[in-house]
Amino acid sequence: MINRRDFLKNTVKGIAGITLSLSAIEIIDPQKIFADKTDKSKVRWVFLVDTYKCVGCGFCVKACKQENEIPYDANVTRTWVERYVITKDGKFFADTPKGARDGFITGKIDLGQGKFQDIKKEDIDKAFFVPKLCNQCENPPCVQVCPVGATYQAPDGVVLVDRKWCIGCGYCIMGCPYGVRFFHPVYHTAEKCNFCYHRITKGLKTACVQACPFGARQIGNIKDPNDPVTKIIMTERVGILKEEYGTKPQVYYIGLDKEVK
Amino acid sequence: MVHGEVWTLKELFVYPNEYIYWSIQIVMYPFMTGLVAGAFVLSSLYHVFGIKQLKEMARFALVFSFALLFAAPMPIVLHLQFPFRGINVFMTPHFTSAIAAFGIVFFTYGAIVASELWFLYRKHFVEIALPLKQKQDKSLFEWIKFLIFCALTLGEYNIDEESLKRDEKAIKILAGLGIPVACFLHGYAGFIFGSVKANALWMTPLMPVIFIMSAIVSGIALCMLTYIVTMEIRKLIFARKKTPYQVFQSKEEIKGVEINVIQMTARYLLFFLIFAISLELLDLIFRGYTAVKSWDVLRSVIYGKDFIDIFILQYGIGNLVPFILFLMPGLTIRRAVLGVILVLFGVFMMRWNVVIGGQAFSLSFAGYMHYHMPIIPHDWDTFKEGLGGALSIFIMPFVLFWIISKLFPVFEYKESH
Amino acid sequence: MKNHVYRPLIVVLCLIGLILIARIFYVPKDFGVHERGYMYGWYREGNTEDWTKVAVKYQGEDYCKGCHPDKYDSIMKTPHAIIQCENCHGPAIEHPSNPQKLAIDKSRAQCLRCHASLPYPTSGRAKIRGIDPEKHNPDIECVMCHNPHKPSLEGLK
Repeated sequence: MINRRDFLKNTVKGIAGITLSLSAIEIIDPQKIFADKTDKSKVRWVFLVDTYKCVGCGFCVKACKQENEIPYDANVTRTWVERYVITKDGKFFADTPKGARDGFITGKIDLGQGKFQDIKKEDIDKAFFVPKLCNQCENPPCVQVCPVGATYQAPDGVVLVDRKWCIGCGYCIMGCPYGVRFFHPVYHTAEKCNFCYHRITKGLKTACVQACPFGARQIGNIKDPNDPVTKIIMTERVGILKEEYGTKPQVYYIGLDKEVK
Repeated sequence: MVHGEVWTLKELFVYPNEYIYWSIQIVMYPFMTGLVAGAFVLSSLYHVFGIKQLKEMARFALVFSFALLFAAPMPIVLHLQFPFRGINVFMTPHFTSAIAAFGIVFFTYGAIVASELWFLYRKHFVEIALPLKQKQDKSLFEWIKFLIFCALTLGEYNIDEESLKRDEKAIKILAGLGIPVACFLHGYAGFIFGSVKANALWMTPLMPVIFIMSAIVSGIALCMLTYIVTMEIRKLIFARKKTPYQVFQSKEEIKGVEINVIQMTARYLLFFLIFAISLELLDLIFRGYTAVKSWDVLRSVIYGKDFIDIFILQYGIGNLVPFILFLMPGLTIRRAVLGVILVLFGVFMMRWNVVIGGQAFSLSFAGYMHYHMPIIPHDWDTFKEGLGGALSIFIMPFVLFWIISKLFPVFEYKESH
Repeated sequence: MKNHVYRPLIVVLCLIGLILIARIFYVPKDFGVHERGYMYGWYREGNTEDWTKVAVKYQGEDYCKGCHPDKYDSIMKTPHAIIQCENCHGPAIEHPSNPQKLAIDKSRAQCLRCHASLPYPTSGRAKIRGIDPEKHNPDIECVMCHNPHKPSLEGLK
């Protein structure tokens, strides 16, 4: 006959044994990880920006905010346009008032804290606009640092955020070298550009690509050799942002400058 | 309003989504875990290396480290946008993230400290639980007390010579095991920052080591401070009662023990302080010498915008002044108090300069952000990420210590082994 | 386990067991390692599906053409042909069912997005005919004189 203590002990041992052997321990299944190294999907979304064509109208930002339900007056945005002005005396100026949601309607540079810098036309050596959005990096540092697996890279390369699972620690925001992430003002979870995932999966262009009157923005599938975007990336000289971070960004730029931050 | 907008002021070219997302609670987080790790290492110096002079401090430091342990994860929980989803870190841990390790490291460390405390106080639990068990008509209060202590014994009532010897051995092993785990707990807090490649100020492999060293410094300092305070209170009680108080026979005896313990501990404080400062200066010199792309903006922050915070408050008042105070011969209690308070302040400023300083410049390297800590809260967000939240976190371990010391008597308890 | 030394260990093991049991109930079944491996592909698979379900707001000019071919054809003959209808007329998501929903932007600021003169070399902006907003009739709306559907000077009202 077993006494109470032994019974309790055995029960504890039993439970521990069962749970350990159950799927509960399956945090990582090595076979799954290594078996799936070969890429079966036929789609890898990439983006192409032609900075020569951008005029800084900001229609892309306006469309993005409405399409992706980012409160219109909140000072965060999934995509934005930067203005760079380099003067004859070598000075560098850049700004992006409200992320260029309302475009650039004045020559004055926004220096922050209510200060503005007027630049004379004669002083300008070069000046241009650079649209920015999530680079959907091949090695996304934001995904690497998410402690709970709430942000991830979908098989087609787009980095998404799970609003139901995000704990809101902000580590991904700190981990992104491009500053594309923020906390959604309504859902309070991490938020970022996802190439209008609901549109591209339906065969539509992203809202910003559609809204751009000048064709400065294009989206394409790099795995499709006949895609016009793929052809440009493969045959023309294109640049990427901040390659020193080793993130392998997948937004390609035509007409990038050393001053672009 | 967007999270972070209230306390962030932008200057020059800053990306539109950039704000100071990691604010005062993330300053408190490494500060608190640092205190935990430091207090534990201090207690282990006696248990593992048998440094006899620290005997009096060791038991105290261990209990205090246990109290701090519960307060340490609070800043990070308060900082979360969804505090109740914090459990996800245990449920679906993503170990490529430094934060995901938190669950496991913290749990391991907590288990070690709790086990060590159990072995240390097992005799005490049995001594309270046994008479209550035999007592026939227990009052309600006695029933509760009995149940608590009965549970604390974990069903083991054997306190003969042999089993107590085993306890002692277990304590030694656990204390030894605990040192690397405590260092890991805090080193990984440094890793959280050091591994962020997007942040030019944080990204250095030295970060975890710097964090561990300053952690031990702050832990020792806080233990000294709390020890002095409790000893002073006992002196007061003694002066009022004019009767022998527990183990001590006279006020002078308390005084003698106190200054002796403080002088011994101060030596170890100095030792680790030198280590911490050397590493921090090495990091600074190295950055200036190699001067990579980010150095221009870093220099303007370190030598310009944050000059007072870094060189006056942290290195000057927080490191140099206490260094001199402790080095001068004939250390008195009063000077020690001033010294440890300044050391604590210095370590806090170091955390501040890392966390806030790391966000003082834009990812564009062409703009700056200024942090204005909310003092008077006007909603929950500005309370928890403001002065109120930080103070509550700081007070928490002291309250916990008071509660825990009811179960684990720190001073009244006579040495058993 | 006769030795009492192991008791704390048993408590710890029980706690670990509890967490592991909790995982079974708490973690969604489709949470796991997917295509990109553990580092980049550790997630709840259903979320990808959730994102595809977001409503499309901007329908594109072909959608507008379906009901307004006359307007479409006329603007196609002007330089403004490159501008999407919805850039000014607002996203058409609820438009046919709820015509009031369209918020037409006729503001001066809307026109200035492109036509505020910014002489930026190496940027397309320099090629657009622009005005100085502070000097060119600053107090009135552009649409008082100009017709956005017929932007050439013959279209002046």
